[in-house]
Amino acid sequence: MANIAATAAPSTDTAATLPTRLAKGFVDRLVIIVPYLWLLFFFLVPFIIVFKISLSQTAIAMPPYTPVLDFTDGISGFFTGFRELNFDNYTWLTQDALYFNAYVTSLIIAGISTILTLIVGYPIAYGMARAPATIRPTLLMLVILPFWTSFLIRVYAWIGILKPEGLLNQLLMSLHVISQPLVILNTYTAIFIGIVYSYLPFMVLPLYSSLEKMDYSLVEAAQDLGCPQTSAFWKITFPLSLPGVVAGCLLVFIPAVGEFVIPDLLGGSQTLMIGKTLWNEFFSNRDWPVSSAVAVILLLVLTIPIMFFQQAQARAQEQGK
Amino acid sequence: MNATWSRFNITSIVLGFAFLYLPIVLLIVFSFNESKLVTVWGGFSTKWYVSLFHNQGLMDATWVTARVGVISATVATVLGTLGAITLTRYTRFRGRLLFSGMVFAPLVMPEVITGLSLLLLFVAIGLDRGFFTVTLAHITFTMCFVAVVVQSRLVTFDRSLEEAAMDLGAPPVKTFFQITLPVILPAIISGWMLAFTLSLDDLVIASFTSGPGATTLPMKIYSQVRLGVTPEINAACTILIAVVAVGVIIASIANKRREIQRQLDERAAQRG
Repeated sequence: MANIAATAAPSTDTAATLPTRLAKGFVDRLVIIVPYLWLLFFFLVPFIIVFKISLSQTAIAMPPYTPVLDFTDGISGFFTGFRELNFDNYTWLTQDALYFNAYVTSLIIAGISTILTLIVGYPIAYGMARAPATIRPTLLMLVILPFWTSFLIRVYAWIGILKPEGLLNQLLMSLHVISQPLVILNTYTAIFIGIVYSYLPFMVLPLYSSLEKMDYSLVEAAQDLGCPQTSAFWKITFPLSLPGVVAGCLLVFIPAVGEFVIPDLLGGSQTLMIGKTLWNEFFSNRDWPVSSAVAVILLLVLTIPIMFFQQAQARAQEQGK
Repeated sequence: MNATWSRFNITSIVLGFAFLYLPIVLLIVFSFNESKLVTVWGGFSTKWYVSLFHNQGLMDATWVTARVGVISATVATVLGTLGAITLTRYTRFRGRLLFSGMVFAPLVMPEVITGLSLLLLFVAIGLDRGFFTVTLAHITFTMCFVAVVVQSRLVTFDRSLEEAAMDLGAPPVKTFFQITLPVILPAIISGWMLAFTLSLDDLVIASFTSGPGATTLPMKIYSQVRLGVTPEINAACTILIAVVAVGVIIASIANKRREIQRQLDERAAQRG
């Protein structure tokens, strides 16, 4: 029922006077155009620039601190630049195994972390959905609240816990579980912990909203008919919560692939992830064309999951009506 | 429902929430640590808070962050609300698919890509990096979150109210401000708060788009964390957490009150 304004309900339209109708048409257009132009200019155009600069290494000398492209050359300068475009940066990315490894490692780490987040998040979301209706809003707020506190702070908090002389090792050693401190900080394990912890609300919320809508009498019926609890879960509950599983996994997986803060603070210098590579390429090596090429490839890698995500969003929107 | 809330469910919730909150609690506890070591308890002290207020760099960064947050959240709320109206109300116009794509993609876009692309845009159009560019960047990525929050409220909105107002001769703009806006206001407020906290938190996009003289608090905290963990950072983080927590709690209480009031009004209307 949301397309009323676009298709204009005839009854109101005939009743309205001409100036009102004109005003409405103008307002309608303004409502669409303002956010549209903003996103075109600040979201889409920048990607085109990234792509252009990723092709421009030899055409433009790259001394540190100088801007990459000079637009004062005007149209002719633009076309000269066009002829000098080359794919050196991309060849470079394929030649240096570092980049390929960083992409693959990032995808693997993001994939494993997503599964871990699902395993940790599902029981929480399930428990919340089965909780008495009166305390559900409170539980929901408790899940959202950490999301409001800074990402950086939450990652930082784990440094003090995971350090060799940190709180976790102190606890385990005082309980005599271990005699030597565990090395967790600056390993991939720390990155997994960081991602699961930081992205948990993104997983729990969509899971909760699909589990809450579920009709539990189906499970009860299955159990009444002699279906064991676990197989009732796998045959009924889990398939019905699949939209939430998909949405949650995409919300975790996509940003995790390009994550920078977590691998940088918890992973140390030994670990390799593409977000960190891009950051170093840009801030340490000051190589803007190569970091642009890294960004373009990363975007291409993520295009398919992002399109899945948009479809899931659109579907959820349709159901919301 | 109560009967099916098994011990397993309760355990998983308790463990889950412990996992979510324990690190934050520990961080806050150790901000009151007398010792300079973050992980060894040396007695209660508030000296790190005192030294925090004498740290001019940190104070400047806080001020920059607050201004960026308020300005960008406000503009993002206006743009995001317009975007949400576009998404829910105008289902047929040229380029709608592109528009919804541009609203949803930034939600999951890795920050390094957004940051780099915005920086290259600012360089291309010759804009000096600084306060203004960070604000523009924050508006862009937070407006999409506002759009999603407001949109979820708009889909459940009863259009017949608006139609009634317009049938009675109210112009569209007046209808929007008198009918639609009051109903979606809670969503707009939570959209603003979300935009504000996202701006407050952002390290990556700010690092790319900021310039000299516009160091934000996360950038400052990050550069100090790289040098080593100190109780002073814990204190700064604790203050930040407290500000956000108080804001969220006040907002949710206000929301709840409004909800109760609305239910009372409805009941009164039904009786009357």
